[in-house]
Amino acid sequence: MDAISKLPLILERDGAQLLKTWMAEVSAATRGRLNDDALTEPARELLNALPLALQKGDLEEIQGPHWERVREVLTELSRTQTQQGLTATEVATLVFSIKRPLFEALEQEIGKDAAALAKEIWNATLLVDRLGLFTTEVALKAREEVISRQQTEMLELSTPVVKLWEGILALPLIGTLDSERTQVVMESLLQEIVRSGAAIAIIDITGVPTVDTLVAQHLLKTVAAARLMGAECIISGIRPQIASTIVHLGVNLGDVATKATLADAFAVALRRSDLAVVRSAPARNEQG
Amino acid sequence: MDRIPILKMGPFLLVTIQVDMHDQLAMTLQEDLAEKIVSSHARAVLIDISALDMVDSFMGRMLGTIASTSRILDAETVVVGMRPAVAITLVELGISLPGVRTALNVEKGMDLLRASVNGAERAQ
Repeated sequence: MDAISKLPLILERDGAQLLKTWMAEVSAATRGRLNDDALTEPARELLNALPLALQKGDLEEIQGPHWERVREVLTELSRTQTQQGLTATEVATLVFSIKRPLFEALEQEIGKDAAALAKEIWNATLLVDRLGLFTTEVALKAREEVISRQQTEMLELSTPVVKLWEGILALPLIGTLDSERTQVVMESLLQEIVRSGAAIAIIDITGVPTVDTLVAQHLLKTVAAARLMGAECIISGIRPQIASTIVHLGVNLGDVATKATLADAFAVALRRSDLAVVRSAPARNEQG
Repeated sequence: MDRIPILKMGPFLLVTIQVDMHDQLAMTLQEDLAEKIVSSHARAVLIDISALDMVDSFMGRMLGTIASTSRILDAETVVVGMRPAVAITLVELGISLPGVRTALNVEKGMDLLRASVNGAERAQ
């Protein structure tokens, strides 16, 4: 960028005028959807921060230290506007709308010198483009954060270990089992076994949509780990299609006890714990 | 040299691993245990590893070897108190200790052994 650029000068001197036309431009571009009041403040701060950054920092280096204030303002702007339901494109458009007012100001300043004007406009475009792209980047980053947070939340939510009876735990699995999830499932199951001193754990896979060799292997690992700790596992909730898939794949579930439903598995668990469910004495209805 | 004490409790031998297990220690334990089973006519061995928080494949294999040796000498082995992290490590290492009985704690392990020794006596 040319050292003699007039950009910082214009931004500093005509800041107020620029802001006004910029805001008018924005509300025209978005057909009045954007709230002027909320925008004016960050826009003014941006215009204030820009000249300093331009004088000290390099236009090519928007990540540099001199641009920190500009980045802050833009990040804040992008964050608040996305929260209000604006798309990343709209936020970027917001920044891009400064182009026309800025170019007009440059034209007035430089006048007839076409070469100089072209150069200045090129610089200004470069600047505005970078700023716009930066807001998009920030918006994307915010989205990614939300996604990864939701993933962890889902992971935590989806692995509850419930106690069915004294010494009998159940682990209802819902959704696809991948390595990461198996790890979480395994850890929470083993921890719960230690905590509750349960001797039997029922892994219910009714909610697992597909069982392939990998999933089967993960299940077997969990069962093996629980066995090493001294707890037996029963796998339940195997649907007919899944049973035939397992056989077709040639997966050997070994000597792991399997049952069709959670109720069957629970009955087995009760029997192994020397417990029984019996019908209570019939209620006396004759009197009524 | 360090040795892991082997305690005799009735027909059972009780081994509690309280220190960091290194290879030499494990080898010594295996030999000591085999001798002790023969000399004390023990029917079962209970190994408490609740204090063990690190295992490698050698340790995993050693547990398996101890169990096999004991079985040949007509004594059952129960490993008790394995920590979750240890269990996960062993499984990831591909060591699932087939033939080794397990229990959650010493008490449950004792119950298990008592039941199985009594059962065996009744069968004879």
